[in-house]
Amino acid sequence: MAYMLEGRTGAWEVVVGLEIHAQIISESKLFSGASATYGGAPNAHVSFVDAGFPGMLPVINKECVAQAVRTGLGLKAEINLFSRFDRKNYFYADLPNGYQISQFAHPIVGTGQVEIELQDGTLKQIGITRLHLEQDAGKSMHDQHASKSVIDLNRAGVALMEIVSEPDIRSPEEAGAYLRKIRQIVRYLATCDGNMEEGSMRADVNVSVRKPGEPFRTRCEIKNVNSVRFVMHAVEAEALRQIDVWESGGEVVQETRLYDPSRGETRSMRSKEDAHDYRYFPEPDLLPLILEQDWVDQLKASLPELPDEKRERFCRDYNIPFYDAGVLVAEQATADFYETVAKGRDGKLAANWITGDFFAAMNRTGKSIDNPPASAAAMGELLDLIADKTINGRIAKDVFEAMVETGKMPAAIVEEKGLRQVTDTGAIDEAVAKVLAANQDKVAEYKAGKEKLFGFFVGQVMKAMAGKGNPAIVNEAVKKQLG
Amino acid sequence: MSIFDLTIAAAAKKLAAKDLSAVELTTAYNKAVAALNPRLNAYITATPDLALEQAKAADARIAAGTATALTGIPIAMKDLFCTAGVRTTAASRILEPFIPPYESTVSAKLRDAGAVVLGKANLDEFAMGSSNITSAYGPVENPWKRNGSDAKLVPGGSSGGSAAAVAARIALAATGTDTGGSIRQPAAFTGLAGIKPTYGRCSRYGIVAFASSLDQAGPMARNVEDCAILLNAMAGFDDKDSTSAPREVPNFTAALSRGVKGLKIGIPAEYRLEGTNPDILALWDKGIAWLREQGAEIIDISLPHTKYGLPVYYIVAPAEASSNLARYDGVRFGLRVEGEDLIDMYERTRAAGFGSEVKRRIMIGTYVLSHGYYDAYYLKAQKVRNLILKDFTDAFTKVDAILTPTAPSAAFGLGEKMDDPVTMYLNDVFTVPASLAGVPAMSVPAGLSADGLPLGLQVIGKHFDEETVFAVSAAIENAAGFSALPEVRAK
Amino acid sequence: MSLDAATVRRIARLARIRVNDDEVSVLQGELNAILGYVEQLSEVDVSGVEPLSGGAQMVLRQREDQLSDGGIPEQILANAPDREMNFFAVPKVVE
Repeated sequence: MAYMLEGRTGAWEVVVGLEIHAQIISESKLFSGASATYGGAPNAHVSFVDAGFPGMLPVINKECVAQAVRTGLGLKAEINLFSRFDRKNYFYADLPNGYQISQFAHPIVGTGQVEIELQDGTLKQIGITRLHLEQDAGKSMHDQHASKSVIDLNRAGVALMEIVSEPDIRSPEEAGAYLRKIRQIVRYLATCDGNMEEGSMRADVNVSVRKPGEPFRTRCEIKNVNSVRFVMHAVEAEALRQIDVWESGGEVVQETRLYDPSRGETRSMRSKEDAHDYRYFPEPDLLPLILEQDWVDQLKASLPELPDEKRERFCRDYNIPFYDAGVLVAEQATADFYETVAKGRDGKLAANWITGDFFAAMNRTGKSIDNPPASAAAMGELLDLIADKTINGRIAKDVFEAMVETGKMPAAIVEEKGLRQVTDTGAIDEAVAKVLAANQDKVAEYKAGKEKLFGFFVGQVMKAMAGKGNPAIVNEAVKKQLG
Repeated sequence: MSIFDLTIAAAAKKLAAKDLSAVELTTAYNKAVAALNPRLNAYITATPDLALEQAKAADARIAAGTATALTGIPIAMKDLFCTAGVRTTAASRILEPFIPPYESTVSAKLRDAGAVVLGKANLDEFAMGSSNITSAYGPVENPWKRNGSDAKLVPGGSSGGSAAAVAARIALAATGTDTGGSIRQPAAFTGLAGIKPTYGRCSRYGIVAFASSLDQAGPMARNVEDCAILLNAMAGFDDKDSTSAPREVPNFTAALSRGVKGLKIGIPAEYRLEGTNPDILALWDKGIAWLREQGAEIIDISLPHTKYGLPVYYIVAPAEASSNLARYDGVRFGLRVEGEDLIDMYERTRAAGFGSEVKRRIMIGTYVLSHGYYDAYYLKAQKVRNLILKDFTDAFTKVDAILTPTAPSAAFGLGEKMDDPVTMYLNDVFTVPASLAGVPAMSVPAGLSADGLPLGLQVIGKHFDEETVFAVSAAIENAAGFSALPEVRAK
Repeated sequence: MSLDAATVRRIARLARIRVNDDEVSVLQGELNAILGYVEQLSEVDVSGVEPLSGGAQMVLRQREDQLSDGGIPEQILANAPDREMNFFAVPKVVE
C-alpha cells in the first residue's frame, strides 16, 4: 500500500532523495598526511594543508580513492575511470581555504542501484545518481565562549563520500530503510564505520510533495540529519509542512532547512541562504584522476561478500527462511558468527538459536556480537550436543544459560551438572511406571478418553528425570505403558 | 674590478679558490642593500643578520669541500616564497604579520645548496601586476634611467623587486615567479636574463598562490649561465605538489655551449604587433640575424591565437586568484579587522587587507565564475587556452624554439599606463601565451632602446626542453654582447 | 554584457569585500573595461574544442595512506589573530 498523506484537498505523495555524506575509513586525510581519526585534542590532527596556509597544496590519498571505488562497486555502480576535482567556493569560518575540494562535473562513481526491504517484506530498488569524493570541513562550536565561536580543524580535510540517490523514495519508512541499507553496505565494505552519532555518516534529505500523477514540485533540502529515526521524522514533518503551504494557497520555496528533533519540525536556515553561488571550477592544484581498469578489477575481486548475496546464500546453503537470513546478515559480524556456528551443522537450528536465545541473552546482558554472551565455538558445541543426543532441547536451554552466566563450554557444564540425556530404556520405563502408579486416577481418566492427559504424564516423567530423559524414548514408553 | 661585477660562476670560482670568503661577499652585499634599498625599495624585508649566519655556514662548507655552485652566493628571495621564521607578505597588507612556520620547496633547495638569502624582494601585491606599483610596501624604482632623464621608471613586474635588486647589484641573483610574464618582463626592463621554466619543473609548494595553473618559479640573474646554475638547484620533482613533473632535471649549464647550428627557430608572424616600439622590432630582426649567422635555420611560423592570449589570461588568472585568495579571511593568519559578526569581519578584513588591483582581479574572477557566466567566460577561455596550446604544439612539430620580443616596450615611467587596467595588461601580450601553454620561455638582454633602456628577446621552447632554450639564449647573449649597466648600482 | 552597480555589489558580497559607493562606481567602470576587452573571445570558434583546465598534461599521482603530518597545534595557531586555548576564535556565529 503506497504511503500517502491525507490533506484537506486529498491525498499527497511524498518524494524524497537522499545525499549521504559518509566519512571514509583511512589513516590520513584526503589531501594531507594528518590523522583522519575522530577526536583528538583541538587542532592536533591538522597540517598546514588542512588549515589552508599560503602555498599549501593538496596531494590525494590513494586509499581514499580505493575506498570510493569499493563503495561504488558495492552499490553496483558504474566506476568512472576519468574523474576530476572541482572547487566549491564559499566562505565559512570552518572552511579554511574558502573552498571545498569536491567533484562536481565528473564524479568518480556514476549510476548504481540498491535494494531496500520494507516491513511488509516488499523489496524496492532505489537508484543511485552518483558518488563523489570531497573533503570535510572543520567544526565550529558556538557554545564554548560567551562572545565567540571557536574552531577546531581536526576534521577539515577528512575524506568524505557523498552518495546521492535518485528521488525514488516515497515514504519515511523507505528513507529509513535506504539509509540503513547504505550504512549496512559501507560497513560490510569497511569503507565507512557508519557511526551517525560521531557524524561519520549524515544525510541531507530532499523532500517534496505532489498529487499522485503530477510532475515533481519544488523541493527543500534538510541539512545534516544525523540518525535514521530523525531522517524518518524529518521527511514526515517537512512533507506535512509543504502540504500545508500548498493547501493554504502558498508556494513552497526551494531552500535549505534544518530539522529540530526537540520540536519535531524543520525550519529555514536563512544564514546559509545568503548567496548560494558556489562558483565551481576545476581544481587547478590537482590533475584529472585516471584509474586503470585492471586496478578496479582487482578491487572488485577482493570485495567481501555483500549483504544481499550473503542473504541469498544463507537461504540456499543453510535452508533458512529469507526473513531470518535478513536478520542474520544485518551486521557482518553477526553473519560471520552465524556462519561459524552453522557450518557443518543444522543451519535452521543454528538460526533459531542465534535469533532466539542468543539475541535475547545479548540484549539482556548488554553485550554485543563483538563481545558475545557465548562464543561461536561454544554455540557450535551446544548444537553438537543436541545433535548427538547428549542433551535434549529442554536441557540445552539450561546449559545455554549456564554458558552465559559462567562462560564455560557446554560439554563441561553438562558433565559437571550431570545433564547428559537419559536414553537407557530401563531407567525410563522405571520412571514411567512410577508416575503412572502415583496417578492412578488420571490414568483412569485417560483411558476413559481424556487423551490430552498424555502430555501431563510425559511432563511428570521428565520432571522426575530432572529433564534429562530423551523426549522420544519417554513418549514411546508412556504410550506403551498406558497400553 | 668590483666585487659587484662578479657573476655567480665567477664568484663561485673565487670562493672555491679562497680568494674571497662568503662572509666578505655577503657583508659587501648587506652594505649595498643598506645603502641603496631605501631609494630603490627592492626589498620588503632585508635579513642581513640571517644572511651573515648563512655566509658563515657557507664558508664552513667551502672549507669542508662540500660546496655546491651556489654555496655562499647572496641572492634575493621574492617575497612570495614562504620562508620559515621570516615574514612573508606577498607585498600585501593582509599578510603583513605573517611568519610562515614552513619553507617553500624552491627556497629550501636553494638554502640546501648553500645560497645566502639577503632578504625578501618586493613585488606586485600577490604577484598581480606588470610594474611593481601595486605593492602595499610601495613601488620599486628601476635602477635604469632614460638617457638624459631623471624620471623614475618602473622595473616591471611582478618580480620587480627581484629585478631591481639584481640590476642595481644589491643581490647577485634572485628568485622570481612568473604567471603571465612576471619573470621575463621585469628581466627585460632591467637588462637581466630570466627564465620561466616549463609548468611543473619547479615545485609550487610554499609559494603564495596567484593562479595555480600558471604560476612557475624561476631564476633572474646577470646572465644566462647564472640562470642555468640557479635553475639546476631550483628545479626538480616534489611529491608535495601534484602538478610537479616526475622528471629528471638535466644539467642546464651543460646545454649552454651546445650552439644553435642546425636548430630550427620559428618566427611567429602574429608577434609583429602594431604599436610595438620600433627599436624592439629592429632588435628582433637583429636576433634573427645572429641566430642565422650561427647556423640556425629561421622558419616563419604562425601562432594564430596569439591575440587571444591576453583575454584568456585575464579570465583564467583572476578566476583562479579569486578562489586562491579566499583563504585570507582573518581567521587563521594575517590581518584581521574586527566586525559586528563573522561576515562583517571578513568584509572589513579583506577590504582593508587587499589593494585595489587585487580587489579588481578578485571581483573579475568571482564574476566570470558566477552562476550564469561560467560558460560564456571561464569555459570559453579554457577552450581558447587549448587552442593556444595547440598553436605551440603545432609549431613545435616544425621548429625547435621560437624567438620573439619579450615586451612591446622598454621600461616606462612610474605613473604611466595608468589610464585603465587594460592598458597595463597589454604589457604581457608577448609573455602570456607561453604561460598559458605551460612551455618554458626566457628573456635575454639583447640591446638598448634609442633612449638607452635595456630590451629583451624571448626564447620559447618545447615542454621540458629548457636545454634548447638555454642554448639559444646563450647564443643570443654571445652575439649581443650586452654590457650596459644601470646608473643606480652598487659599485 | 555590462555590469550594473547592483551586480558589482553582489559580486563584492560574494567575494566578501566591503565596498562603499565611490568604490562601486570606480569598480563598475574598470570591470566593464576588462569585460569589454575579453569580449573579443566571442569571435573565436571553439566548437569541438575541449577546455584546458590545468597547466600540466599529466595524470594525478596518488600518495600512500600514511600518517605523516599534524600534531603541531602550536604552529597551526601561531599566526592566529585570535584564539581561545587551542581553538581559532571568530565573532560568535548565530545559527
